[in-house]
Parts: sequence; C-alpha cells; structure tokens
Amino acid sequence: MPTTLNMRETFLATAEEIVDADPDVAVVLADISAAQLAGVARRHPDRVVNVGIREQLLVSTGAGLALAGLRPIIHTFSSFLVERAFEQIKLDLVHQDAGAVLVSYGSSYDMPAEGRTHQSPGDVALIDSLPCWYVHVPGHPDEARRLLLDSVPGDSRVYVRLSADQNAEPHLGVGFQRVRTGRNGVVLAVGPMLDRVLAASEGLDVTVLYASTIRPFDAAGLRAAVGEVADLVLVEPYLKGTSAHHVSEALRDVPHRLLSLGTLRDTEVRTYGTRADHDLAHGLDAGSIALSLKDFLRP
Amino acid sequence: MTTTATAYADLPRLISLMTGDDKHQAAAESTVDVLWVLYDRVLDLSPENFHDPGRDRFLLSKGHGPMAYYAVLTVKGFLDEAELADWSSARSRLGHHPDRKRAPGVEISSGSLGHGLPIALGTALGLRARGHSSRVVTLVGDAELDEGSNTEAIVVAARLGLENLTAVVVDNQSSTHGWPGGLARRFEIEGWVTRTVSGRAHEALYDAFTTEHPGRPLAVVAVVEPKG
Repeated sequence: MPTTLNMRETFLATAEEIVDADPDVAVVLADISAAQLAGVARRHPDRVVNVGIREQLLVSTGAGLALAGLRPIIHTFSSFLVERAFEQIKLDLVHQDAGAVLVSYGSSYDMPAEGRTHQSPGDVALIDSLPCWYVHVPGHPDEARRLLLDSVPGDSRVYVRLSADQNAEPHLGVGFQRVRTGRNGVVLAVGPMLDRVLAASEGLDVTVLYASTIRPFDAAGLRAAVGEVADLVLVEPYLKGTSAHHVSEALRDVPHRLLSLGTLRDTEVRTYGTRADHDLAHGLDAGSIALSLKDFLRP
Repeated sequence: MTTTATAYADLPRLISLMTGDDKHQAAAESTVDVLWVLYDRVLDLSPENFHDPGRDRFLLSKGHGPMAYYAVLTVKGFLDEAELADWSSARSRLGHHPDRKRAPGVEISSGSLGHGLPIALGTALGLRARGHSSRVVTLVGDAELDEGSNTEAIVVAARLGLENLTAVVVDNQSSTHGWPGGLARRFEIEGWVTRTVSGRAHEALYDAFTTEHPGRPLAVVAVVEPKG
C-alpha cells in the first residue's frame, strides 16, 4: 500500500480488498464515500450497501447484518456517524450486543470551511460513555490500514477515527509506544498529535508516549513510563480531557499532576478557515503545545 | 418446563398472570392475535432451532406492553409459565421491555421506538447475502411509525427488493397526528406489497402473511380496536 494515499483513501482501498476477500464482511454507507466504493458495490450488491442520507438506518442496518452473522463496517463522517445516530449505537449495537467496525472520517475539524455542522470533537467522549469499545485514532495511513485489518476478525465493537492530519512516519506497535525517553514528565500524544508533540517537546527532558489505540487505555504502559516525576500531559485531537479519567485511575496510588490538552470544551468555535486556524484556536498547534508544556512542567 | 399451556385459549390466562387483569381484558391485548398466528402457523421458530443461523426471525419492535409476547413465547416453549407472575422483579429475566440477552426466544431488545424495522432490514439483507431463504418479520405499532427511522427503512427496504422482510403494523389508531389515507399507503408508495386486514381475524392474518409477494417486501396492516 503506497503511503501517498491519505487515511480515508487508504481505508476505502483496504475495505474494498476485505470485501472482495471475505464473504463475511459487509460495508454500509450513507452516501459519503459511496462513489469511491461503487465498483465493489457492483460486485457484491448485498454486502456493500448505500442507504442514502439516512444515518439512523446506516447504523441499524449494520446491527441487523451483525445479527444475521455478518461483520459490518459502517462508515460516514464522524459528526453524522456518532453524534446523529448515537441512540442507534447505544441500543442497536451495544444493547443488542452486536459487533461492528465503525469508521469515521472528519475528525474534530478536518473540514473547517464547512463549519460546526461538520465538526465532531465529542465523538470519542460519546463512544467512551458506552462499555466495551476499542477506539483507534490512527496517526498515519499505514496505521489506519493495520488497525482496520486487525479489527475485522471477531465480533468486537470498534471505532476507527480517521483524520486528514497525519504524522510523517507510522508507528505500528500496540499499546502506548515510547517514542522518546526523559525524566521530567510524560507526554501522551494520541494519533495525529504525535509530530507536533515531538516538535513542541524538543529540548525538554520528557518521555513521549504514542497511542494509536486509546481504548482500551494502556494503563500499564502509562504506569511503566512514569518515573520519579509523575507529571502527565495528555494531548488528544478531540475533547480536552477525554482520557483524563483513565489517567487518574492508572495513577490512583501515585501523587501526580495532569494537564489535559485537546479541543476546547467551553467555547463554540465558529471560525471557518483551515485546520491550522483551528489548531491555533484550540491550542493544538506545536507552538501552543510547547507553551503549555513549558508552563506546566517543572524546570 | 412446568408449563402446561399449549394453545391460543391459554393466552388470556397467561397474560393475566402479568397484568393482574381478568382474562377478558387480557384477551384485548392489541398484539395477541398477530403474535399467535405468526408463532403458531407462519414462522418456523422453536426453542430447538432458535440458534440456527438460517432460522426465521421475529423482531418485536414495539417493545411496550410485551405481555402477549411473553405469553406466546410461553405457549411455544421458550419461557416457563412459572416465571410470568414474577415478571419485572429483580429476579426475573422478563422486563417491561424485552432484553434479548436475558429472555430466551427474544430476537432483539426493544423499548425505544423505531429500531426494530431498521434492524430487521439489515438482518433481511444479511440473510439474503448468506443465501438463507428464511424470513424476517417485525412488529411495529401505528404510533411507533411516527419515528422517522421507520421512514428511512421503508424507503430502502423497497429499493433493495427485500422480499424476505415483512413489517406487520398493529394499528390501534394511537398515532398523535394520524396517517391520512391509511397506513398502508406509506408502504405502498415506496413499493411494498401491502395487505390491510383485521388484527383479530386469524385466517385473514395467515393469508396476508403467506400469500406470495415476489421481489418486494410485505407490509401487513393489522387493524384492531382504537386504543382506549
């Protein structure tokens, strides 16, 4: 798989391969990406289905397919997949105990010129309100492909959050991967936050951990990375503090300090512009992260 | 199993174990005749084949008031009569809305309206993809159709030509804003085969469920007395 494809293109090409190879897998769409999958839909009309602009039905159809013994991949923009159809996720998947692989594109603000309607900074927090989910936030197209291939076998519930932003290199390990080692604190970068965290922490004596899988939360990995100075910085590309409760739980018997960085909770950001404009608005550009680190970490 | 109930005539007594009402009132449950005809004569469903991937499916979408459902499941051997009186207690696996993970024979957990038909669409599609000839029947209420999620499913089920899907709408005229022109029109205009019959007439219900409808999903509107 050439890495010239972005995460969404990589997902669509991989999904097509999977559907061609595995008669147990079905893909459900709600117009988004349907044109790109038109070829495979013609080859497998009962297993690649576009329900039109109907997100409730999108999720319910996937649940019904799962109850019939198939493995559904359910895909649309994050705002419509998780937020609009949340009760279908809660009841038709979790309460029925039906498995599915939900794959979103759009992240928190991948399409900033489209405005707030196409932004979904709360998706991971919403999924996190439900039990027993894997949540993958790949930071590179190669990770997206690997995580999708890993997610298809079995009947688990998986949320794969694709982004327009990506890191320069893939990190294909599992759990929290140690990218840099230091003594003056730990910075956990999630998905596409890694490269900017590395830039922001240049010259600081800190450990940098990387997570492309944030649920389950690798408490043991975090605990192992914490040295004498239990100062933690969580950098997530969605709602600030979404994983803070897991940090608290992992370090419940260790006196620690925590700074959570992520998208703002107290402001309705009405800016259009570019992703870089939104990074600045939320303090998630490398410069803002560097200032936050210097302010929080003890010299 | 300690149950001795084996027939339609047992249903009012079983229902009254849960409602506390007399048997006459229990017989007026809006869904009881539809459920009986489906389980007794239409669907190939039993405790023996319930885990067969190619079994017929019955999805109770209208999870409210499941007493008639539990009574039919008891007569058909899925549940024990002895557990009915204790329903909805912390000890019971039978609640005011059914839970598929707890109650044997229950295909979906329901309660929030507007979920059964969309799930049934996915299941019918999946069974077709798997090459099974089994059918999927879902029971919805006329007021439940207020939920827009049903409209999403009505359109797409017809476009997908899901012949193996049946929606039975028990119409007790309880929808707040009503359905001018009749409920069946909502399905018919999208391409479903529709049949409107008395929800109390067993032969008419049986014919409605079993007459062929090639290439198209089937909607049976089962009209019962207006909700009191």
